[in-house]
Amino acid sequence: MSYTENDLAKDLENSEYKFGFTTDIESDRAPLGLNEDIIRFISAKKEEPEWLLDYRLKCFKIWSEMTEPSWAHISYPKPNFQGISYYAAPKQTKKYESWDDVDPEMKETMAKLGISLEEQQRLTGVAVDFVMDSVSVATSFKAKLQELGIIFCSFSDAVQEHPELVKQYMGSVVPATDNFYAALNSAVFTDGSFCYIPKGVRCPMELSTYFRINEANTGQFERTLVIADEGSYVSYLEGCTAPQRDENQLHAAVVELIALKDAEIKYSTVQNWYPGDKNGLGGIFNFVTKRGICETNAKISWTQVETGSAVTWKYPSCILKGDNSVGEFYSVAVTNNYQQADTGTKMIHLGKNTKSTIISKGISAGKSHNSYRGLVQIHKNAHNARNFSQCDSLLMTDECGAHTFPYIECKNPSAKIEHEATTSKIGEDQIFYCLQRGISEEKAISLIVNGYCKEVLNQLPMEFAVEAQKLLTISLEGSVG
Amino acid sequence: MLKITNLHASIDGKEILKGLNLEVKAGEIHAIMGPNGAGKSTLASVLAGREEYEITEGSVDFDGTDLLEMATEDRAREGLFLAFQYPVEIPGVSNVNFLRTALNEIREYRGESSISAKDFMALVKEKSAIVELDAKLASRSVNEGFSGGEKKRNEIFQMAMLDPKLAILDETDSGLDIDALRIVANGVNTLKSDKNATIVITHYQRLLDYIVPDFVHVLYDGRIVKSGPKELALELEEKGYDWIKAEFAH
Amino acid sequence: MQTIEKESAAGVNWQLKGSFLLNPELRQKALEVLDNTPFPTTKTEAWKYTRVAKIKNSNLSVQENPVPLTGNFGLSTDSIQYVFVNGHFSEHLSSKSYPEGLKILALSQMDEAEVRVLGGNVLLDGEVFSSINTAYATDGIYVHVSAKMQIEPIIEIIQINTEKNVLSNLRHVLVGEAFSEVQFIQRSISVNGSDNFTNVISEIHVGKNAKLTIDKLQEEHESCFQISTELVSQHQDSNFTINTFTLNGLLVRNNLTIEVDGQNCETHLNGAYILNGNQHVDNHTVVDHKVANCESNELYKGVIDGKATAVFNGKVYVRKDAQKINAFQSNANVLLSDDATINSKPELEIYADDVKCSHGSTTGQLDEEAVFYLRARGLSEASARQLMVGAFIEDVIQKIDNEPIVDRIHTILKERFNWVIE
Repeated sequence: MSYTENDLAKDLENSEYKFGFTTDIESDRAPLGLNEDIIRFISAKKEEPEWLLDYRLKCFKIWSEMTEPSWAHISYPKPNFQGISYYAAPKQTKKYESWDDVDPEMKETMAKLGISLEEQQRLTGVAVDFVMDSVSVATSFKAKLQELGIIFCSFSDAVQEHPELVKQYMGSVVPATDNFYAALNSAVFTDGSFCYIPKGVRCPMELSTYFRINEANTGQFERTLVIADEGSYVSYLEGCTAPQRDENQLHAAVVELIALKDAEIKYSTVQNWYPGDKNGLGGIFNFVTKRGICETNAKISWTQVETGSAVTWKYPSCILKGDNSVGEFYSVAVTNNYQQADTGTKMIHLGKNTKSTIISKGISAGKSHNSYRGLVQIHKNAHNARNFSQCDSLLMTDECGAHTFPYIECKNPSAKIEHEATTSKIGEDQIFYCLQRGISEEKAISLIVNGYCKEVLNQLPMEFAVEAQKLLTISLEGSVG
Repeated sequence: MLKITNLHASIDGKEILKGLNLEVKAGEIHAIMGPNGAGKSTLASVLAGREEYEITEGSVDFDGTDLLEMATEDRAREGLFLAFQYPVEIPGVSNVNFLRTALNEIREYRGESSISAKDFMALVKEKSAIVELDAKLASRSVNEGFSGGEKKRNEIFQMAMLDPKLAILDETDSGLDIDALRIVANGVNTLKSDKNATIVITHYQRLLDYIVPDFVHVLYDGRIVKSGPKELALELEEKGYDWIKAEFAH
Repeated sequence: MQTIEKESAAGVNWQLKGSFLLNPELRQKALEVLDNTPFPTTKTEAWKYTRVAKIKNSNLSVQENPVPLTGNFGLSTDSIQYVFVNGHFSEHLSSKSYPEGLKILALSQMDEAEVRVLGGNVLLDGEVFSSINTAYATDGIYVHVSAKMQIEPIIEIIQINTEKNVLSNLRHVLVGEAFSEVQFIQRSISVNGSDNFTNVISEIHVGKNAKLTIDKLQEEHESCFQISTELVSQHQDSNFTINTFTLNGLLVRNNLTIEVDGQNCETHLNGAYILNGNQHVDNHTVVDHKVANCESNELYKGVIDGKATAVFNGKVYVRKDAQKINAFQSNANVLLSDDATINSKPELEIYADDVKCSHGSTTGQLDEEAVFYLRARGLSEASARQLMVGAFIEDVIQKIDNEPIVDRIHTILKERFNWVIE
C-alpha cells in the first residue's frame, strides 16, 4: 500500500486554513494597551450608562489583582495584555437600517464564510447576529422575533434598550471573580449577543451568531447572554472564524445561559478560529468561559465542535441548581499540527434528581495535544443525582498526545456516577476493511472519524452538522489530488 | 482471470505460503480446503493486500495486471472482493453511507459518474433481498451489533452491491447456522455469472453442499498439494486431513 | 550514624532529636528542602482533597531508643518476620534465620558505608514528607534476593506503633534480582498506640524476569496517621503486584509510583479501602510506561461509611514511543452514609498512538433489587447489606494469593465492620 500514516501526517500538515482572508474595511480602533482610560474610552464609544462603566472599572480592578491560570495542560507564550487593542469596530457599521445599507465588502466577507445572510435567510430561516471584531453588525429577522416578544440583538443594543435584564443577569452565572479571562472580558467586552425568550415561548427558529476577528493586534472580547424564561425553549448557534495571521490573537469570551423553571436552552458551537500554520506560528488563543444555570426542571445542552484555535481553554458548564434539572455536554475536539486544547465541562449537581451526561471525543493529529478536563460534583443535598461520562480519545500519529483529567467529587450516597474513558489509535482493521471495499485511505479516515463523533454530531442542528462534518474532514484532510 | 504463480509469503519472518500455484477462470467456482494453519487465510489476506505479509517470491496476475503492485483499494476497484472471516465493526458509519462511498469511489476510478441517491437506494433494495437482509440493517452502523450470521450476510450483500469480478469468501461458513448458511450460499449462487469467479475458502465441506465448486484444491503447508473435482471435498470430509498430512509431511 | 541538632522542619513543632541513618549529604539536602517548602495545602494539586494540617499541628516526637515489646505479631507461622517498633528495628521480635540467596538486614545493622549508597532515588524537591523521611529516618529493612532465587517463605515487614504522638520514619529497600521470585507482607499495626504518625518510604527494584509481590495491610489505630510511599522500578519481562488494603487509621495516604523501564512487563495494582468514622484515605497511584509492549491493570474499590472520605487519584502515563501498551484502570465506590465523600480522579496522559488505555470510575449504591431478593429469602436488611458489601469488595480480596492475609482481612472486616465475607 502506498499511502501510509506518515503520508497522512504530511498531508495533514499541508491542509490549509480555508477561512484565512481579511476584510479590507476601515476600522475605528482603540490605541494598544489596557488601563482605566481605555475602559472609559470603550464605554464612551458605546455610549454606555454609568452603571456599566462602574461595573467595568470594578472588574478591571479585580482582573489587575489576578494571575493567569497555569493548571491546564497547555503551554503558550503569555499574551502581552498591553500589546492588544481592546476596541476595533468596522467604521461604517453605525446603524444599518436595512440589509442594503451593509457595506458590500462586509457582505463578501460573510459570503466567504459561507454564511451569506441573504442565503441563510432564504434557505434556512436562521436569524443571524454577525459580530465582526468586536461590534455586532447585523441582526436579521428582528421583526419576526419581535412579534413573539423574543429579544435577539447585539449586547450593546440590549444595554441601551433592556438595561433591566442586562443588569439583573450579567455576571450572575460567571462573576468577574470567576477567573482571569472572565474578569478581563468583564472589564473590556465590546459587544456580543443578547437573547431573551419570554415565558412559554418556543423560539421557532435557530438563533445564530457569527464571530469573526478581522483586525490585526485586536482581541475579541464578546459576551453572550441568553435568558430563557419559564417554560421557554431556544436553540442557539455560534460560529467562529478568524483570518490567517502570524501573530497570536486573543479571544476571551464569556457566555452566560440562564434557564429558568421548565426552560430549555440548546447551545451549539462550531469553533474554527485560525489554528496557526503547520509550524505552530500564529493562531488564536481561545480562552472562553461558558456557563449556564438551570432552575427547576430546566435543561441546558452544550454541543461543541472545536477544530480551530492555536490554544483552547474552555469548559462549558452547567450549574444544576433546580430539582430535576438536566445538563448535557457533547464535544468533539480536533487538534492538528501544534494545536493545543484543554477542554471539557463542569457539571455541578445541587438540586435533587439532577442528571448530567458528558460525551467527549478528542482527536489528536500532528504534534498536537488534546486534553479532556472535567468535573462532576455532587453536592450533599443532590439526592438521586445521576451522571454518565464517556470520554474517548483517538490518536492519529505517534507525536501527538491525548490526555484525560476527570475530577469526580461526590458527597451524596444516593448518587450514581459512571465515568469511562478510552484512548486508542484509529483502527487499522477498520481502515483495511474500507480499503478492501475500494475506499481511499483519506476517505476511510474521514468516514471513521465522522462515525466516531456521530453521537456528538447528531446533537447539532442539521445545517450545522453538515458544516461540522466538513470541518472535521478539512481539519484532518490529507491528500488533495 | 487470476493466475498465481509460485507465490511465497511470510509474516514476521515466518514463511506461510511456500510456492502456491492457482489459476481461476471467469465463470468458475474454486474451493480451497485445508487443515488449520495451512495458509488459507494468508492467501486471502495476501490477495487483498494486507501489509503485514511480505511477498518474497512469485507473481499474481489479475486480468492482465500485476495484482501485487496495486494498493488494496485499487485491487478492490479492479474488482477483487474479499468477504472477511471476521467482518470489522465501524461505529457511527451507516452501512448505506459506507457502501455509497465505496461504490462512488469505484465508479470514479472507472471514470463513471456518481450514482444518484434514488438509483442507489433502488440498488440497496434489490440487493439486500438477495441475502434476505432486513432493510433496517442497511441503515445501521457497519456490522455494529450485528449477529454473526448478519455480519456474514452483510458481506454477501456488499458483494452484491459492488459486483466484483473475483470474490474470495474467507471461511464465510464459520459460525453460521444452517439457515444462514443456506441464505449466504443462495446469495453467492444468485450472483454467479460467466463473467465473474469465486474462490471459496473453507475448512469444512458443509458449505460446498450449497455452493457447488468446479474445482477443489487442498492447501497444505503453504502449497496446493492436491486438486480435483467437487468429489474431492467429500473424500476430505470422510477421511479428514490426516492422510494429507501423512502423505505430504516432510 | 550521627546525631542531628536541627529540631524543626517545614514549620512544624515536633521533637526531632535523635540518631538518623541516611547519607549526611542527602540528609542535608532534605533539610534544605524542608527549610524552603511549606506544608502542602489543598491548593497543591497533589493534595487537593487531603488536608494534612492535622499532622502538622500534632505534637509529634521521634523516639530515640527502641521500646521493649513482647508478643507474636506475624500473620503466618512459617514466614520470615522483621519487626519495627516506633521506627526502630526490634531484633528479638524478628526472625533470626533465612534461606540461602536472601539477604535481610535492618538498616541499623548495616555498615555505615553500605547505608550511604541508599536512598538517592527519592525525589525531595517540593516533597515535604519524603524530605522528612530522608532527614529523620531511624531504620528500615534491606532485602536482597539474589538472581534466580525463589524465596519460599513470605517476608513479613511488621510496622508497630505504641504509645502516643510518636513519629516513625522508616526507609525500606527491596531488591529482587533477575529471575528471582519473592513475596512480601507489609503490615502496619498499633499496639496500645494512638495519635502516631508513620511515614514510610520503600524503594523497590524488580529485576529482569523477576516477580515481586507486596500485600500491604494498613490497620493502625483510628487516631493514627500514615503516609506510605512506594517507588518501584520494573525491568524487562518482570512482574510486579501490589495489593493495598486500608482498613483503619485516621488519615492514610499511599503514594505508589511505578516506573516501567523494561519491555514485556506486567504490573498489577489492586486496592480496597473500607472506611467509617472520620477516616480519610487517599490512594495516589502513578504507572509510568516508559517503554513499549507492557501491560498494567489497576483495580481499586472502596466502601465509605460514617463521615469518612476517600480519595482515589490514579494516573497512567504512556511516554512517547512506548507503543503497544495496554493499560486499564478501574475505581468503584459505594457510599453508605449521608456524610461520606468520595473524590475520584482517574487520569490518562498518553504520548504514543498504538495503545489501548482505558479507565472507569463509578460511584453508587448497593443494588437494591439484590438486597430485596436477599430479604425475600429471609435475611435481615442489615445482613443483606453486609453480604452485598462483602461481595462488592471480595473481588479485590480474591486478587491476594496468600491465605493468612486473606484470613486477617476477613477477621478485621468482621470485628470492625461486622461484615461476614465468604
